[in-house]
Parts: sequence; structure tokens; C-alpha cells
Amino acid sequence: MNSEIKKTKMVPLPSQSIIPERDIAQKPILEVSRLGINFGGLAAVEDFNIAVGPTEICGIIGPNGAGKTTIFNLLTKVYQPTSGAILLDGQDTSNMNTVQINQAGIARTFQNIRLFPSLSVEDNVKIGLHNQIGYNMVSGIFRLPAFFSGERRARKRVMELLDIFDMTHLASHRAGSLPYGAQRRLELIRALATNPKLLLLDEPAAGMNPSETEELMSNIEKIRDSFQIAIMLIEHDMRLVMGICEGIAVINYGKIIAKGTPEEIQKNPLVIEAYLGKKKGKIHVKRDRDPGLLQ
Amino acid sequence: MRGLRLRSNIDNLLTYGLVIVAYIVMRLLIAGGNISSALQGQLVPITAYIVMAVSLNLTVGVLGELSLGHAGFMSVGAFSGVITATLLTDTIPTTWLRLALAMLVGSLIAAIFGFLIGIPVLRLQGDYLAIVTLAFGEIIKNVMNTIYLGYDKNGIRISMESANALKLDEGGKVILNGPMGAIGITKLSSFNAGFVLILITLFIVLNLINSKSGRAIKAVRDDKIAAESVGISVWRYRMMAFVTSATLAGAAGALYALNYTTVVARKFDFNTSILILVFVVLGGMGNIRGSIIAATVLTVLPEVLRAFNEVRMLVYAIILILVMLVRNNVTLRQLFQKIGIKRRNSLANNKEGDDA
Repeated sequence: MNSEIKKTKMVPLPSQSIIPERDIAQKPILEVSRLGINFGGLAAVEDFNIAVGPTEICGIIGPNGAGKTTIFNLLTKVYQPTSGAILLDGQDTSNMNTVQINQAGIARTFQNIRLFPSLSVEDNVKIGLHNQIGYNMVSGIFRLPAFFSGERRARKRVMELLDIFDMTHLASHRAGSLPYGAQRRLELIRALATNPKLLLLDEPAAGMNPSETEELMSNIEKIRDSFQIAIMLIEHDMRLVMGICEGIAVINYGKIIAKGTPEEIQKNPLVIEAYLGKKKGKIHVKRDRDPGLLQ
Repeated sequence: MRGLRLRSNIDNLLTYGLVIVAYIVMRLLIAGGNISSALQGQLVPITAYIVMAVSLNLTVGVLGELSLGHAGFMSVGAFSGVITATLLTDTIPTTWLRLALAMLVGSLIAAIFGFLIGIPVLRLQGDYLAIVTLAFGEIIKNVMNTIYLGYDKNGIRISMESANALKLDEGGKVILNGPMGAIGITKLSSFNAGFVLILITLFIVLNLINSKSGRAIKAVRDDKIAAESVGISVWRYRMMAFVTSATLAGAAGALYALNYTTVVARKFDFNTSILILVFVVLGGMGNIRGSIIAATVLTVLPEVLRAFNEVRMLVYAIILILVMLVRNNVTLRQLFQKIGIKRRNSLANNKEGDDA
């Protein structure tokens, strides 16, 4: 990880961006303005603005039930926003559905792992590659040459991707039978396989011990550097968030209450209040898992 | 790393092998005259039921959606197949070609119905497909009961009233006679044709399952939200599986109907749909070979049990229950695994079964 990049100052953009200086020279990959959704009159997310640079790692934190997962669900159109605009790489996404969003370049993982449990690890990743495998149903049924070349290329790519997390030896295992940590890694690989520009990780370190978290942090940075993509993550593990995120947005009751670099966030009195009530001091985080709205 | 793939290839070869060996054995038995005429009459229905079971397995086992009207597609295929075959009697004298065309038309019409049902229903979550297919089966049965269709040298005539309302000329012929069903069918189907249709069905279904599209279908079954999140259109792949399933059922229907001189719409009612579902459930969800075996055994069984005429259905029920108990018995399943019979679902369950 380039330490120079980490030190760059945050400069405010018109849309209250938290992207570092280096990314402002380029066009942001994701621009969200005034995003909101109402569930029967209750504003789950309100007036959410953010801009993410093309290779930025950005974190969203906040207490349980603050609306973090809802933001991911809005970005991927699992829920249709009731207000606001989402621009992905300058392109308006308001008419897209979940499938088109993925094809346009957003991939995600889920808080409560969602793999294809009855399929093998290899097939799970191949499903991520689905839209890049260039043969159709007819070539598949009649086993035309396109089928074999397509499958061969897909298999090669699967092994390359699995190799990032040293999982090639698990390729033929059933995804549902993998241990918890491996399932989380597989879900990340599957999301990466769709060739995204922006990767959304929903609590990637949930249920991991400190050494696994450490490994995950270096892996996230490794992915950003080798794939040159932006990563947005929701996480309760402050060591991870403060350690790898270049910009952080803090959400409470569906609204952004603070934005900035990790250092700025740690000192922000509003953030401290949201997490700990009135008491001052170091940020403490509840380890309970966010129930989320997706279930 | 090749383990799972290799095993699935061997699995498929075994399925083809089973069908081919069974065919050869039956042929030898017929040639030797060692087979009862009752059983010989069951051969074509058995092949049709096998195709029905395999195709339903695509919807129920591989796609994971419940369909309760598979016999409806069989009915559509049967009647459109009969009409095609009868109309082509003079144009195409070659029997097998006429049968092939009848099955083709039957499957196309069934595919269209499958597509039409799929447009609204496959977008919905939940049990709607089961409800709508159930209704479809009943509707088709009742519609076929009221249709009169005949042809003479002036062309085809359709009526909803009676056969006389068709006002056919001298030499005209009634094909569909309302509640009497299709009448005066020339028998075209044969055991050989059924065997070929099974092979074609297996070719389509197994290759589909083991391709990119099949993976997407299984992904949709396992987790719809996750499938969408990686860019797989749930509707499209549900439709692909459902229409393929309906298409094959249409071909099976044509094969079945052209084996008799008359066919009534009542033959393809809810009971038949459930019977086929029983084949699939008993043979194992997603297990194609299981469907074939279950369809064969459960079609032959009532014939074999004729010896115990009074308690026939009782014995049939007991056998069904026993099979289910055995299939779900952990100890027995472990025993099967030890002697090498592995169920698809538990393939990679044992972690020791690493790289082959």
C-alpha cells in the first residue's frame, strides 16, 4: 500500500465529497446525491451524499439499524430509491435493476453470506463470470466449439481468482460445506469475478478473529491495488475501518452525521456521541451483528 | 480439482448407459418372446413417462419451482401432435418422419404455452407457479373436452358445438370429437421412437444442466438475490428451464398419444401431473437417473402387482412409503456410500473426498 496516498489531504467537493485529492483529478466512479428511501413514511435513508474515487477504499460506519445495509441495497437496486440520484462512472442508474447494476460495474457481498451452497466452489465463481463467458444456450446444449473454449477460459480465470485467497485446493468442494471464513472469502471472489468497478463489502470481517481480520485487511488492499477498483465497505471492526479506509462516512438514523479521514472521524464529537452517548473517549463499538433489512 | 467435474461426467455416461442397456435388454426379451403382452403394451407409455419425469425434474429439481400441471403440457403436445400426424397422412407417408414432425409440432405448441404461462408467473416470488400450472392443467383438460375439429378437402374446421356442426364434406374426417377426445389415430409410436426421444431428452437436459445456462438456473434455485447481484437475470433463466421442460413434455405427449387409436383429455389430468411429480420426488430432486428409474418402476409396478389384484394399490402405497424411508435413512445412506453408490447432493460433503 502506498503510504503517500494515505496521507493526502481530504478536500471538500461541492457534493461534500470525502475523496482524497489524488482521486479528484480523475472522475469519481460513484456519485450519490440526496439519496433517500421511505418505508411506509419512515425515512430509512435520507439525504445521503457521497462521491467515491476510482481506486478509493471508503468505509461506512454507524450504530446498528442506522441504515448502512439499506444504502448498499439502494446502490444495487434491491430497493428502488424514493429520491436522489446515483451516477456510476458518470452514468445515471435510475432506470437500472439489480442485474443491470451489476453489469454496469457494481458487485457486492452480503452481511449474512449468500453463496450457492449446493454448487461447487468452482461453479460459484463461474457464476460470477457468467456474463463474461461468451457462448449461448444452443452452443451449450450442442457442445459447439464455443462451449469448450468458453469453459476452458472460465476455468482458468476461476483458478486465478481463487489463487488470490489461496483457495484453489478447495475448488471442487461444495460451497455450503466450507468453513465460515472460507465462505466469506468465496463470496468476495465471486463478486470480484463479475469484473466490477466498485466493490461493496457488507461487514467483511464479521465473525473473524483478529488474525483473520489482519489478513483480510491486507487482502482488501491487495485487491484494490491489483484490480484498480474502488471499494466501499460497511464494518463494525474499527481496527479494519481505521486501518484501511481513506474516507469514512458515519451514519446514524439514516443520515450522514460525519465524513472525513479516519483521524477526523475519531475526533468528531458527534460520532463519539452516536456511539457512546455523552461520554467522551476512544470509540467503542458494539460487536452485535446488524440484523439488516434484507432478511 | 477435477474431481467433481469428472464425477459428473461419469454420472452422465452412467445415465446414458443405463438407458441403452435397458433398451437392449428389452429388445432381447421381446425377440425371445419372454415378455407378457401387457408389459409390451406398456413400453411406449414408459418411455413417454420417462421423458415427462426427466423434463419435470428440470423444473422441480434443477430450477426448484413446483409445477403441478406438467400433464397439461403433455396434453397440448398430444393433441397438436395427433392433429399434425392426421393432417399429414397423405402428404408424408413415411411413418417415422410423420411421427417426428408430430412430436416437433407438439413440443413447439407446448413451448408456446409454457412461455405464455411463464411471462406473468415467473416474475413472481413464491408458490404462484404451482397454483397457475395446476389451473392450466385443468383448463386445458376442459377446453379439449369442448373442441371439435375436423378436415375435408376444403380445409380444417373447428367448432365448440358438436361434430355435426363441423359440416364436413363427403370424405371429411373428424380428428377431435369433444369429450370423446382424439379419435381414429393411426398408431405411429414405437418403442424405438420412445428410446430415441429419451436419448434426445437426456442430451438436451444433461448438456443444459452442465453448461453456463444450467449453472445460472441452479444459482437461481439456490439464492435469487445472490444470483441477481452477480448479474444473472432470474426471470430469463427460470423461463429457460420452464420452457425447455414444457417443450420436452409436449414431445412426450405426442409420442404417448400416437401410441393409441383414441386419446381423451381426461388422461392428462391432475392425477397424471401428480404421478409424474411422484416419479421426480422419489427418484430424487435434480437426479436425472433417479427419475428414469422411478418412472420405469412405478409404471411397471401396478402391472406386476396385478397378481394381488385386491390389495394392489395397498402394496403400491406400501412400496412408495418404504422407498421414501430407505432414501432418508442415514445409516442406509452411509452404507450405500461405502459401497460406492453416492448421491449427487452428498458428493462433496465429505471433506476427505478432496482432489481426485
